[in-house]
Amino acid sequence: MTENITGAEALMRSLEHEGVKTLFGYPGGSIMPVYDALFDHKQTLNHILVRHEQGAVHAAQGYARVSGEVGCVLVTSGPGATNTITGIADAMIDSTPLVVICGQVGTSLLGTDAFQEVDLVNVTSPITKWSYQIRRPEDVAWAVSRAFFIAKSGRPGPVVLDFAKNAQVAKVDYKPENVDFIRSYTPDPRPTEEAICQAVKLINSAQRPFVLVGQGVELGNAGNELLQFIEKINAPAGCTFLGMSALSSDHPLNKGRLGMHGNLGPNVMTNKCDVLIAVGMRFDDRVTGNLQKYARQAKIIHLDIDPSEFNKNVKVDVAVLGDCKKTLKLITEQVAPANHAEWIAGFDQYEKKEFDSVIDNAIHPKEGPLRMGEIVRKVSEATKNSAIMVTDVGQNQMFACRYFKFTKPRSVVTSGGCGTMGFGLPAAMGAAFGASDRTVCLFVGDGGFQMTIQELGTIMEHRIPVKIVLMNNNYLGNVRQWQEMFFNHRYSFTPMVNPDYELIAKGYDIPCQTVTKREDIDAAINKMLTTDGPYLLQCAVMEEDNVFPMTPPGANIDEMLLEFNNDKGC
Amino acid sequence: MINSDCDKCGRCNNKSEKEVSTCESLFTIQVYSENTPVLLSQISAVFTRRQVNIETLNVCASSTPGVHKYTITCVCTEEMAKMLTKQMEKRIDVLQATYYTDDQLFILEAALLKISTPVLLENPEISKIARIHGGSFVEVNPVYATLEKTGRTEDVLSLYNKLNDLGAVLQFVRTGRICITKGTEEKLDNYLAKRESERKNK
Repeated sequence: MTENITGAEALMRSLEHEGVKTLFGYPGGSIMPVYDALFDHKQTLNHILVRHEQGAVHAAQGYARVSGEVGCVLVTSGPGATNTITGIADAMIDSTPLVVICGQVGTSLLGTDAFQEVDLVNVTSPITKWSYQIRRPEDVAWAVSRAFFIAKSGRPGPVVLDFAKNAQVAKVDYKPENVDFIRSYTPDPRPTEEAICQAVKLINSAQRPFVLVGQGVELGNAGNELLQFIEKINAPAGCTFLGMSALSSDHPLNKGRLGMHGNLGPNVMTNKCDVLIAVGMRFDDRVTGNLQKYARQAKIIHLDIDPSEFNKNVKVDVAVLGDCKKTLKLITEQVAPANHAEWIAGFDQYEKKEFDSVIDNAIHPKEGPLRMGEIVRKVSEATKNSAIMVTDVGQNQMFACRYFKFTKPRSVVTSGGCGTMGFGLPAAMGAAFGASDRTVCLFVGDGGFQMTIQELGTIMEHRIPVKIVLMNNNYLGNVRQWQEMFFNHRYSFTPMVNPDYELIAKGYDIPCQTVTKREDIDAAINKMLTTDGPYLLQCAVMEEDNVFPMTPPGANIDEMLLEFNNDKGC
Repeated sequence: MINSDCDKCGRCNNKSEKEVSTCESLFTIQVYSENTPVLLSQISAVFTRRQVNIETLNVCASSTPGVHKYTITCVCTEEMAKMLTKQMEKRIDVLQATYYTDDQLFILEAALLKISTPVLLENPEISKIARIHGGSFVEVNPVYATLEKTGRTEDVLSLYNKLNDLGAVLQFVRTGRICITKGTEEKLDNYLAKRESERKNK
């Protein structure tokens, strides 16, 4: 059955047809017909008015990451559209499914440098899975259906729909579309028997297997399959930052986090294992360090849904193409159960060494100013390690990722590949909408907080229950740490002159407390978590704290520094 | 740098990743895509982002209705050629991207040379060189003559270099290469047939 409606109304129907419930956006000239249509769909499409378009995309990212659904954004043309670009790039590199719908000037004005005209399709094409301009109302249903199919299938990612204004107002006989096949796109490649067989053979021969867990496990909902796999072959595992909640933090085979600021054991043992099994991860340079000395002794098996990831950074011996939910299951069925107790016990010495020299003092400091690590761990424990952890970028992110613990999947919302400061606050907002039954804790620094601080307005309006832990050290801490270590202690433009955050919170009607003393932390965290709605907990933390251990940039991944010695340099 | 002595160059796409050559040589990449806008810039972006220069580019409709064919040459390592094809195939509307070495292809280029007619008449060597190289004059007027040449890249360049040495060339244009693969396997047809059967079984 067809109905004669405007392109804008067709968009509303198409979004409803795709099951969209929440969208984040900001109106403007070239998207006004769509916003007018939205006025009649407020019951089904919960539109959250953000305070800046960048906030809309990060919120949609947070929403998508915790819910597993496609995040949806609605903005206008020109600056509205270009303000989404950071978030789109972030979603591309972190494989987050988004559909970003932008207004565009009418087709008669395209190419004339019209008011608020930007060639968005070309601008976004390298940072999207698909970017398409809707020029006719007849294309709306097809383009929206195709956009959602592409965004969420295969390796997820962002899609941009550039919606010309004349196509918004022109009439069309609307009929819903269901795109579920594109001949040039294979989102669910079938694993080959040969690859599975080779992987099984290699795993069965392993004396010292080590599993790397990436976000692909979360995206593929393959947490159970991963668990069965590592338990059957009795292999220790290390997680990338985005893959951390794919495996419970306290599982005995979870040996911690990989990479530059990860844990000592997993990084050292990467270069000692004999078979490395990477699942849904992309050998990012922050994970591998110097590629020339990365796991050279090991045979490498790589499971991924994206064939372009194979051999991109690390040459692999067996590439298993496919959805890891299926490939892990196939491999688990065929591998022989094994016992690697001695190999697993080998991690203990590194865990102890890291605990004694770094962790103990980071989470249980006896004196001195508050440290970020202790705050993170206390918040995590106060939520029984079941909350969603959202972070901004910088030291707050590294400390949060190191010391927050996870018991539930889809609990990590952090900007991994792009490292976008300002990501945290809006992403936490989106996460609160995407998982309204869970506690959302945001860890943010004084630098990143101010990059998207306007979203406190959105939080105020909707009383979004985001628990904001502002770890204020009056520095752009991560850059300052690098300046201390690699730039001869020259703090070039990293000290931060901060506003009175309590006054800001008051202005936005958000309850706030500042903690400066160790003995006040527990009560303050308890108050934050038991207060209905949003809360800002400002913690005055050590100004020149450093994140350790650390693999210096370009160094071998197993050459982690446990401390920084000023005299020797790095 | 092209290293013609590398014993690993010139193999097919199926070799294991750990065996690919790390020497640079000329590769021809054939890309088949749906006929959608913006794809050309997406494909060229795959090259520019990885600092690979496109030497020649030819785009036109393929023999399969609705499918466009890009023939691109570039100098890079085989490892890079492989990465480029994978990254191009990652674009939603790209059907297939494959890299080849020259020995796997039948290659043709076309060129036009504009020659001053008075110079042509003064120097009989010019007509002789054109004839030896299989060029044919397609237009002659009192001011200039147009010489057409099709053939392999090196034949086209050889003709140009010889005539240029005589100071005869006013203008010179090349099409960039077109080519067909040697062998009987039609990869695109196989791919489309496979996808069609997958669509039916869905």
